[in-house]
Amino acid sequence: MTIALILIITLVSTWIAIPSDWLNIAGAKDNIYVHQGLDLQGGLQVVLEARPPDGGSVGRDELVGTRDTIERRVGGLGVSEPLIQTRGSNQIVVELPGVTDPQQAVDLLKQTALLEIIDTQGQSLAVGTKVNTTLGNATQPDSSATPGTAEASPDATADATAEATPGAESTPEVTGPVFTTIVSGSDLEDAFPTQDSVGSLVVGFRLKSDAADKFYEFTSTHIGQPMSIVVDKTVINTATIQDAISNEGVINGLSATEVTNLVLQLKSGALSVPLEVVQSRTVGPSLGQDSIDKSILAGAVGLGLVALMMILYYRLPGLLSVAALFIYTAIVFALFKLIPVTLTLAGIAGFILSIGMAVDANVLIFARLKDELRLGRPIPAAIEAGFDHAWPSIRDSNVSTMITCAILFWFGRYTGASIIQGFALTLFIGVVISMFTAIVVTRNMLRILLTIRPINDRWWLGVDHGQGVPASATE
Amino acid sequence: MIDIVGKRHIWYAVSAILLLPGIIALFVHGLSLGIDFTGGTSWELQFNQPVDSQQVRTILAGQGFNDSVVQTSEDNSILIRMKELKEGSPVKAEIEDEFRSQFGEFTELQIETVGPTVGNQIRNRAIMAVILASIGVLLYIAWAFRNTERPVLYGAFAIVAMLHDVLFVLGVFSILGWVADVEIDALFVTAVLTVMGFSVHDTIVVFDRIRENLDRRIAPTYEETVNFSVAQTVVRSLNTSLTVILTLAALYLFGGESTRWFVFALLIGVAAGTYSSIFNASQLLVSWRNGEIQRFFTFWRKPSDSRARTA
Repeated sequence: MTIALILIITLVSTWIAIPSDWLNIAGAKDNIYVHQGLDLQGGLQVVLEARPPDGGSVGRDELVGTRDTIERRVGGLGVSEPLIQTRGSNQIVVELPGVTDPQQAVDLLKQTALLEIIDTQGQSLAVGTKVNTTLGNATQPDSSATPGTAEASPDATADATAEATPGAESTPEVTGPVFTTIVSGSDLEDAFPTQDSVGSLVVGFRLKSDAADKFYEFTSTHIGQPMSIVVDKTVINTATIQDAISNEGVINGLSATEVTNLVLQLKSGALSVPLEVVQSRTVGPSLGQDSIDKSILAGAVGLGLVALMMILYYRLPGLLSVAALFIYTAIVFALFKLIPVTLTLAGIAGFILSIGMAVDANVLIFARLKDELRLGRPIPAAIEAGFDHAWPSIRDSNVSTMITCAILFWFGRYTGASIIQGFALTLFIGVVISMFTAIVVTRNMLRILLTIRPINDRWWLGVDHGQGVPASATE
Repeated sequence: MIDIVGKRHIWYAVSAILLLPGIIALFVHGLSLGIDFTGGTSWELQFNQPVDSQQVRTILAGQGFNDSVVQTSEDNSILIRMKELKEGSPVKAEIEDEFRSQFGEFTELQIETVGPTVGNQIRNRAIMAVILASIGVLLYIAWAFRNTERPVLYGAFAIVAMLHDVLFVLGVFSILGWVADVEIDALFVTAVLTVMGFSVHDTIVVFDRIRENLDRRIAPTYEETVNFSVAQTVVRSLNTSLTVILTLAALYLFGGESTRWFVFALLIGVAAGTYSSIFNASQLLVSWRNGEIQRFFTFWRKPSDSRARTA
């Protein structure tokens, strides 16, 4: 019964573990494949941090909203399996596997298109003027060019906003008054191209209800005065307030292309908080392929060496443990594909390391088995006693490794290193499965083999014929 | 039977000798922290022709990156560690142009940038992870050994042996950082935590055997029981370590450049873990049982005690 179960598990795992195009019956394996991490297939990982201009904290909803916005933008890149998730209270992790032009991707992510409608305090600002608002200051585009100064600058929004809009090369930092922002991109409900009364194409926008109240209050008290629409600290439209406006308005004076672009930017890019890239990592595809090749070689050599050693030292049980090790490898690899575990370089290292640790349970059992045989027990009794006595050690030592894995996983989550998480996860899976294969698989195989007469001999179990008395307790 | 426990003072001395250079390096030099902890950029490029690292340094210095570390390898690739260099910034384009004009075309193998605040966070989390792992393991062992006379003692000495191994790895990397510019990164923390796991894994097997042999009253004295247990498990301990070392050695030799130091840290950590579980952890139990450790502490306390008396 148990043997049948082991056989089924082995066959199914092997079927899953072998490459997808082999034995792909009725396309059943179409969606089962190894998920390769960034360092294996190449790509870009960026950690963006929300930097609210007033130095305050970012709300959970705002952060999630920003993540959704980025998700929509990334959708336009055509990346397969992008990963966009929030981390901690103010960070967003973006992983774009296979992206060949990191520059373009980073530009797209950082393009904040922060829309603001500002109170110009009576001034009629010309289109193209750079302004400082209560949501942050405008700076020159190459603020990040001189290393060191970028960090020293207290204004974190600088790079995020300025880099997206090249031009105005020479001004170090825009001086002048700080205008009050009445409504911003986060207050926007919708943006759409529409036509104004004279038939020219304009950008229409609709505000959320609470912002609409604010907007109504402002416009009703400032009739006859100018107000400006600002995108990324650049004035794109200044109009005189004709009437109290509550929830709908238009931005005019743009060309047809500009209208289309602005609508797109506003719809998909109305980020409520400015973001800054705090961590980025780009891996070229050639390095990734090289890593895979090397890892496969290392894994094969490691597996071979361990197999050789086990057979030489433990003879028949050693051979069984090697069979168990191959079953182990098949199950673990099948799980990697099914869960799925994103395999990184460190993950593969964790897996290869677990091959070495996987035989530990077997080593413990066999050492005990030899003990029992030397004490003069008959073989079947020695096998059972060997397994039973080895169990507490196997349990305790593996639980302690699992505890470390859990903490590693937590550490990986907070360091942004999916590399570390992958390592912890693969090692954890390895430890769990190794307990199963050592206890269940090896034990049952050993039981069956011993019913076959010629093998039923102490030499095969690694105890020499002369040995019968527990003369030496060194093992 | 081999007498391991009786010679315990020799093993303590061996540990001290192995740890001392590293401890000195840690005090004098500390650890060379990589960009994961300090912030900065790590940039790996591959050229079609050999590149002179001095020229690379000059180009970088010309753009304001004065203290950049440049490492070249045989396949014409270079690894640069420098202050934060932003993706898509004009200064990056300028450096790339200068590289191109001096050394010809190149491929960007990888570039990683970490902001300074993130680096700080990672460092704190790393310390936190090591502390948490220690507490978790201590609690588990104390629970697993709850039927013995002093369960906490087993946990505590497993932790001592574990710290021994961690200290050894840290010491070696402190020396490497000092003499060979090897920097530690987040992956190194992973290696340290794994070494912790392996160390305890190895120690527990010996402890389990001691517990079992105590129950079976296999030898007349505690010291003999421990020695018997160590002797019984030493082959298994060496065999397991050997299989792990074999796989790690394969990874070290064939696994590629980017995980080499990570694997090296694992290798020396596993070796240290094997040593400490055989020669330190269980001997400490005996030393405690015989009152040697407590005596050490009363000796330690003596000066202050006498002062207290005269006062």
